[in-house]
Amino acid sequence: MTDDVLIELAGYGFQYRAQSAPTLHDIDLTVRRGEKIVIVGASGSGKSTLLSVMNGMVPHRYPGTATGSVRVGGSDPAQVPLVETSRHVGTVLQDISGQFVALTAREDIAFSLENQQVPAADMPARVQRAAALVDIEDHLDAAPHALSGGQKQRVAIAGVLVDDVDVLLFDEPLAMLDPASGRTAIELIDTLNREHGTTIVMVEHRLEDVLHRDVDRIVLMEGGRIIADAPPGEVIASGLLEAAGIRPPLHVAALAYAGAPVAAYQRPGSAETIALTDAQIAAVRNWAGGRDAAERSSEQPGAGAGSAAGGPRASAVPAPAPEAPVVPEVDGPTVLALEDVGVVLGASRTSPGERVLHGVSTRVRRGEMIGILGSNGAGKSTLARTVCGFVPHSTGRILLDGADASAWPIAQRGERVGFVLQEPGQMISKPLIAEEIALGLEARGLSEAEIAERTERVLEVCGLAPFRTWPVSALSHGQKKRLTIASVLALEPEVLILDEPTAGQDFAHYTEFMDFLASVNAGGTTVLLITHDMHLALEYTDRVLVVSGGQIIADASPADVLTDREITRRADLVTTGLHTLAERCGLPEPARLVRRFVEVDRQVRAERSASAQQRDGAQRADGADGANGGPA
Amino acid sequence: MSTPLLGYVDRPGPLHTLTGTAKLVLVIGIVGAAMISFDARFLAALAVASIVLWAASRIRPGDLAVVLWIVGTFMVLNNLLIFAFAPGYGTDLFGTRHVLIDGPGRWDLTSEQLFYQAVVTLKYFAVMPAMLLFITTTRPPEFASSLSRIGVPYRVSYSVSLALRYIPDVQRDFRTISQAQQARGLDTSKRQRLGVRIRNLVSVLLPLLLGALERIETVSSAMELRGFGREKRRTWFDERPFRARDLVVIAVAALLVAGAIALVVLNGGRYWNPFA
Repeated sequence: MTDDVLIELAGYGFQYRAQSAPTLHDIDLTVRRGEKIVIVGASGSGKSTLLSVMNGMVPHRYPGTATGSVRVGGSDPAQVPLVETSRHVGTVLQDISGQFVALTAREDIAFSLENQQVPAADMPARVQRAAALVDIEDHLDAAPHALSGGQKQRVAIAGVLVDDVDVLLFDEPLAMLDPASGRTAIELIDTLNREHGTTIVMVEHRLEDVLHRDVDRIVLMEGGRIIADAPPGEVIASGLLEAAGIRPPLHVAALAYAGAPVAAYQRPGSAETIALTDAQIAAVRNWAGGRDAAERSSEQPGAGAGSAAGGPRASAVPAPAPEAPVVPEVDGPTVLALEDVGVVLGASRTSPGERVLHGVSTRVRRGEMIGILGSNGAGKSTLARTVCGFVPHSTGRILLDGADASAWPIAQRGERVGFVLQEPGQMISKPLIAEEIALGLEARGLSEAEIAERTERVLEVCGLAPFRTWPVSALSHGQKKRLTIASVLALEPEVLILDEPTAGQDFAHYTEFMDFLASVNAGGTTVLLITHDMHLALEYTDRVLVVSGGQIIADASPADVLTDREITRRADLVTTGLHTLAERCGLPEPARLVRRFVEVDRQVRAERSASAQQRDGAQRADGADGANGGPA
Repeated sequence: MSTPLLGYVDRPGPLHTLTGTAKLVLVIGIVGAAMISFDARFLAALAVASIVLWAASRIRPGDLAVVLWIVGTFMVLNNLLIFAFAPGYGTDLFGTRHVLIDGPGRWDLTSEQLFYQAVVTLKYFAVMPAMLLFITTTRPPEFASSLSRIGVPYRVSYSVSLALRYIPDVQRDFRTISQAQQARGLDTSKRQRLGVRIRNLVSVLLPLLLGALERIETVSSAMELRGFGREKRRTWFDERPFRARDLVVIAVAALLVAGAIALVVLNGGRYWNPFA
């Protein structure tokens, strides 16, 4: 073992004490000084366990039996105290808020120093130095709730860098960040790696976002084994990602659909830097209908948003592009309408409060599936909470089915609008599935027969019928999420609002869950999705409301919004790799490529779910072939 | 974010410049002295000193309106209950009986009873301002370090800091959960019967509790990874060296306790009897 090898696993296997089968098998992995590695894999592939092996939590906190060998900083983590391993390897946990242990950023960064009994006089300089590395010096006196998610993450990074660790381990660093903050986080991690020589190991399944900056290697895990460990180009071009339930970058998928798949030598990780061949550019132009586009004027869809900056009145809807119906008309009565709604929070005699929403007007028709996009703190959650009556509005009107609901109490609005929290644990309070569904029905005083009938129906709709007698504790996270939706659907609301429905789920679970929501929507329920996941908005909604600074700054089709640099910039979203690909192929209207992609992707997905019983490998082949030969 | 009911007030005054440890010792001194002594003169002096300190440290009653309300309510209730259950206690205590108002049954209002209850009330005024002042003029992290400095194990004293850190989070979770449950029809407001309200409240508290347990799991992982609990001692970022004024304050605290004990000896008991 040379000096340069910081972490080395050889033939390593691990089985948790409470489990009947090993979680990790035969792992060989070497991390050298200065490397930057991302470990990807679906839920249950063992990537989190692998991370816990590297920081010593396995076996110190999660006991079990290990085989093979593991060395971290020259010693076996199992043989030395946890703190010893932490001196070499600093861990930034996924739960950004939960790992903030002190009352201010300054003290949180100093926490490890305090525990090592560093004299108080020596701490400020070291804290300052660590804070400077992650550019958080201006917020050192802030309390955790005064910091954004990205800022809290920086504090957490500084809190481990203060110890001069060799390796930084990140457990899903993007899971709790909005797209723009996620991009900044990836840039920061890259800077730490390049300029300060910090070795980086990330566990993350949002591969496209990670590849915003280059990595040295992608380690792909499936079923507790490493199935690929190679430079990103090779792994991306190999097709193994999709087979293992990881979504490849969108521009890579688009090139595959266009019949011109990428090769490893092209450095295909980022749409910005990929070396496109002329053949590929031609294929993309042809596939996206480039000939048509060239004939049209080069007017940008959604360009009307430029004028939206003028004032709240003008901001409601950007002028739609002439050739494409931006918002597909859904026939049906208006089920929810907001008229000039404004919300002020925290107003009192001494303080005028904070205006978190102003001049919000929009109409939602029955049967629509709408995405509410925006960064954390933009006001999208407040908007949903105002509709539900959790937050009182100070101006304007909220109409449900044409009736002014402004004065209705929460429970009365709940009969029309169902709200599903992000964390299913926050909504479940009964031990049995059927009891949980019946809880809200009983509270509304329905008859027993009616309760039984509705319970049966939503169990069926939500695919929970086989588990009807199970205890809630035996359900997976995704099933619990379905249960919370079932218990809200049982109340038969017309509108269902979901807060970040797919946060933290891998691609396979995400697809399964969103297909389920699409079927609920097809059943007639209007669905509003609060999200900052742009893939979700692109693929499952026909219309998005973009919220920024407490206003709706755009109301258009997702393809138009997410290819509009001005809107995405203002709303802290990011344009996707598809947009970059379109630009690099010289397409005047990036939205066309996006729409084409979504159209093909939906078909491929439909084919895949039809052949869901088949093996993963067969699905992959179907996906690529079906796209090429399919819709012309 | 709603303002906390009780917490640090960032409006620097003379008390803010003392170390937390000195203030903590002073509070313990005042509480100890007030508990030992029932001498009205002594308690009155303590109460006046506490209120002067309050004024000097620029804390406004408005900062603590809710807490003052609660304390005030308790004080009144306490007095009413003493009179209801032990209207003759003052007479037993002082051995004399001067009836002021001839009430029904045994509930006659005597000067002795009135004096006794005045002493009890004085204790509130002697103790509460000092305790509230400590909390409002000490930064929470210093709170924990000062506990540790007077000998409380750091694992225990850090839990004070952790509780303060997570209370706002738990409050926010509670609001979120309770609103989501209300939307399902689980009403916890006054519109419902008490039994239903309690049952509905359980439906809010259970997820809150499970969420809190999960949070504890995360926090303890994070703390362990960063070396908490490994050594017997730890240092504190917020440690400030004692200065002359801190030592003076600690001396005052010691004098107060000594004074209270001296009075017990002088009065030949814990009470000073003006009726003798």
